[in-house]
Amino acid sequence: MEAIYALAIGVLTASGVWLVLRPRTFQVIMGLSLLSYAVNLFIFGMGRLMIGGAPIIETMAQADPSLYDDPVPQALVLTAIVIGFAMTALFLVVLLASRGLTGNDHVDGDPEA
Amino acid sequence: MSLIWIVILPFIGSLCAAFLPSHARNVAAWLAGTVAVACVILTVQLYSQVIEGEVIREAVHWIPQLGLDFTFRLDGFAWLFAMLVTVMGALVVLYARYYMAAQDPVPRFFSFFLAFMGAMLGVVLSGNLIQLVMFWELTSLTSFMLIAYWYHRPDARHGARMALTVTAAGGLCLLAGVLMLGWVAGSYDLDRVLASGDLIRAHSWYVPMLILIGLGALTKSAQFPFHFWLPHAMAAPTPVSVYLHSATMVKAGVFLLVRLWPVLAGTDEWFWMIGTAGLLSLVLGAYAAVFQRDMKGVLAYSTISHLGLITLLLGLNSPLALIAAIFHIMNHATFKASLFMAAGMVDHETGTRDLSRLSGLRRAMPITATLAAVGAASMAGVPLFNGFLSKEMFFAETVFVIGHPITRIGLPAMAVVWGILSVAYSLRFILQVFFGPPAEDLPKKPHEPPRWMLFPSALLVTACLVVGMFPARTVGSYLNMASRSVLGENTPFHSLAVWHGFNLPLMMSLAAMVGGILLYRALGEYQQGTTVVPLIERFDGKRIFEFMLEKLDRLAMRLLRWFSTEHLQVQMLLLIIAVFASALIPLSSGGLPEGDKTPLPVEPAFAVLWLIGAVCAIAAAAQAKYHRLAALTLSGVAGLATCMTFVWFSAPDLALTQLIVEVVTLVLLLLGLRWLPPRDKSLDHETMPLPVRMRAEARRSRDLVIAICAGIGITGLSYAILTRSAGEGISPFFIENSLPLAGGSNVINVILVDFRGFDTMGEITVLGIVALTVFALLRRFRPPAEAMTVPVKQQEQGAQSGALPSDPHALLPAGPMMVPAVFVQLLLPVSGMVAIYFLLRGHNEPGGGFVAGLIVTTAVILQYLVGGTAWAESRTRIFPQYWLAAGLLCAAGAGMSAWLAARPFLSALAWHGTLPIIGEMHLSTVLLFDLGVFFLVIGAAVLILVALAHQSRRAHRKQEVAEVETPVEVPDSPAGQGASGHASASLFAPVVPMAPTDYPPVEAERQKLPHVLPPKERED
Repeated sequence: MEAIYALAIGVLTASGVWLVLRPRTFQVIMGLSLLSYAVNLFIFGMGRLMIGGAPIIETMAQADPSLYDDPVPQALVLTAIVIGFAMTALFLVVLLASRGLTGNDHVDGDPEA
Repeated sequence: MSLIWIVILPFIGSLCAAFLPSHARNVAAWLAGTVAVACVILTVQLYSQVIEGEVIREAVHWIPQLGLDFTFRLDGFAWLFAMLVTVMGALVVLYARYYMAAQDPVPRFFSFFLAFMGAMLGVVLSGNLIQLVMFWELTSLTSFMLIAYWYHRPDARHGARMALTVTAAGGLCLLAGVLMLGWVAGSYDLDRVLASGDLIRAHSWYVPMLILIGLGALTKSAQFPFHFWLPHAMAAPTPVSVYLHSATMVKAGVFLLVRLWPVLAGTDEWFWMIGTAGLLSLVLGAYAAVFQRDMKGVLAYSTISHLGLITLLLGLNSPLALIAAIFHIMNHATFKASLFMAAGMVDHETGTRDLSRLSGLRRAMPITATLAAVGAASMAGVPLFNGFLSKEMFFAETVFVIGHPITRIGLPAMAVVWGILSVAYSLRFILQVFFGPPAEDLPKKPHEPPRWMLFPSALLVTACLVVGMFPARTVGSYLNMASRSVLGENTPFHSLAVWHGFNLPLMMSLAAMVGGILLYRALGEYQQGTTVVPLIERFDGKRIFEFMLEKLDRLAMRLLRWFSTEHLQVQMLLLIIAVFASALIPLSSGGLPEGDKTPLPVEPAFAVLWLIGAVCAIAAAAQAKYHRLAALTLSGVAGLATCMTFVWFSAPDLALTQLIVEVVTLVLLLLGLRWLPPRDKSLDHETMPLPVRMRAEARRSRDLVIAICAGIGITGLSYAILTRSAGEGISPFFIENSLPLAGGSNVINVILVDFRGFDTMGEITVLGIVALTVFALLRRFRPPAEAMTVPVKQQEQGAQSGALPSDPHALLPAGPMMVPAVFVQLLLPVSGMVAIYFLLRGHNEPGGGFVAGLIVTTAVILQYLVGGTAWAESRTRIFPQYWLAAGLLCAAGAGMSAWLAARPFLSALAWHGTLPIIGEMHLSTVLLFDLGVFFLVIGAAVLILVALAHQSRRAHRKQEVAEVETPVEVPDSPAGQGASGHASASLFAPVVPMAPTDYPPVEAERQKLPHVLPPKERED
């Protein structure tokens, strides 16, 4: 499972990096969104993979940490997902503004540059 | 605590003065005067302790973790200097009250003045070297403000900038030097540093330290070659020149040299560096002073020269010379301040300071003339004035220098030359202004200034006389105390007698007198018309300074061109390579041994899931250039695979959030798609010339290799981490305490809203800011001209069905969307209920404010998607900005409610009890906080999406306006240009997209539909 998980992160990263290096704004925005999947999975993986250990405590007695998945990376990733949405929105608007001002969708505003 | 109060009082006064109305001249002066006098009194009452040789220390904790405290320290020398600063301050306040015009914003002046005074006292009383440098830079800043007080004058701005550049740069050198000094001495505490003189002088860093600290002191004291800023700083109001540029700030440099004298002095390096700078300033300053036309110019160069005298004395490495230096610091302050005051009074009463225009003022201003004459006599070193005493001590010191014949004969010779020059310029200063025939063409008719303006000058001049006649009885004990605090047990015997018999120094003085009078006679006519300083005129410090600044600018620009790029692709490339390299370096040295954790057994379903996910991610990467919609869909599949992975590995909260964010992001990007340009066939590969194509291919191959390397790298890294056991972290704390401490069983939600509530608070604030930024940016959005038409599909649909555009006020939108609209309307309350359910159960089950907010957003967006913007807004009025505000207020209110129980911000308060009808209830401020998150997420997401959705409506409207106003003759020609021009112009009008009133009339919308415009959409 770990190998598949790692490969998934790798493929998402590779696709994201390729797109981030492209000259069109839409490619970059797609690249960032693929990269953020990869990064979120990577951070989530820091807590190691566990099946059936959602950190929702059922017992009223003292909870045993080894029975639950690590909650800290999860909390981090949850925040990252929401902030990622905000970043995409902001980037999209900057993209549109650049498109309106320069008349093209090159990342530097000038396809010849 | 009085030491601390001496420093703090002026700052408090400065703050008060800053808030006075700008015409409150008297109030500000009284305030400043009271503060200055209070500081004098506080300093005076410490005398009894200091005279005993006691060192008073007071400390306030500043950054105890770094061992930094605010330490104040007062010994004899600091006491004398503090007296100088405070007494001069009080006198200058009185003088400035009468000098400043009623129309000047006087409170601002006094505010900066008091701030400067506080900073200067901070320098004098610091017991810690870092703290001293901090106050030192503060004096540079406040002096900048004071020089530029009349900022409407270009010379004031220029002079202020130059002074700041030079002294602040020196201050930075000083900081570096002090850091080294503290490192060598093992402490920044002044007492510890002063006690380790031998260690420091023997250290290999001694020379660099000396150079750096010397640079700081020499720039501050306007010593050669950094002297040029002082004459330009004369653009300041005269009280500033009196206080900063004669009595206090320029003395800070020599103050520091005296302070560190026991540590740094006594070596040949010290002698050559400090001595040479002092000697050059001494002679060149006096020489330049002879040829000035501006009264303040004479005094400025004379100040450079006298500061050179002090520096040279300090450089001589002799304790007696040090005593002479301290003595001259005080003497110079008294006579130079009185002379600056006189210059200011002449300027104030006649309107000019030009020596070639002024003449014969002694009839109109007899008192001023007398005061100035006494001051100038002291400056020239005439017997029975205080300047004479320190000059004699200086002459004596030069005679006693042993060493090389050049220094043995050269130094006394230079001293006599200096004496001749200072007699010459002092004579000229008095004879030119106050004697001779009365000038006729002065801008104002001269008369004596007000009595209280004369008073400070009179007091100083009296001091010059009294000290000059009875030195031992008046200042002997103070000088002794000050010297003793610097030199300690090694203080030599010294006598402050006026008469030492006929000796060599007296001969030198006489020679200087006679020589000076002769020189004045000889120069007579020559000086009248010229401002040029002969011989050294070409070595203009200002020109060199400006030349160097320009060179520096050019160098910076060139470096920027070499080392930076504006191309995003290059930046990205470098960033990725840098990340890759920084991960590779530790790996290449340490290797990556096998992990110790047994992997989970492979499940085929998961493999299939990610097979699909990976194919979709790669396909999205390949399609994003020409097939944007396809790429968007494909990347959405990869997002869903991510979401499934979260479910698989025990993160239901993440999965929920990811799912809904995926939907909202998709809608967002879809809204943006139509503004992107169509495929430009002319840029396609087939039509490109071969070299261009080759280059493009090479670039693509390179990026492909980088992308694959990055993918392999991160795969390896992830696998390595996943196959290792997790280390001891903070996670067990959250799991163990979630229920007992926070009363919630969903640990993720408890972390977000309770344990780490402050982080979440910051996050939702960022979210709100982003939403407002998006809104603000879109208000100025210019849609590209070719995207302004109605999309092709809509036109075709309209043409086929012949349907009228939907009426925004109809019960249901007309056309094919009618049935979905019914469902969507029904969905709205249901989704609201679901959202509240998720919100309320969030503390114990998967859910919470983020998820709930996004659910509501999705429902709202569905209304827009199905019914169209106009229809949706004709029935629901959503004001996302209020949701934003409500969200922030809820979250902050929940945080602040903790204060009611006297607990820290964001501590949760809970109430558990029974209500009459409802029964048992558990209420907590955590819920309120989560409610804030909920509101804010709704507000932010809806604001972003709706603002974007509104752009299409605006573009249509512009199109209509353009069509109505511009007669369309040929579809593809200038008319189209006109349309876009008009559109962009009127787009600058602020349009609030939320207001449902800005719809185009239905008639106009109907008109526009029949136009079939050339297809401009993208291929896919």
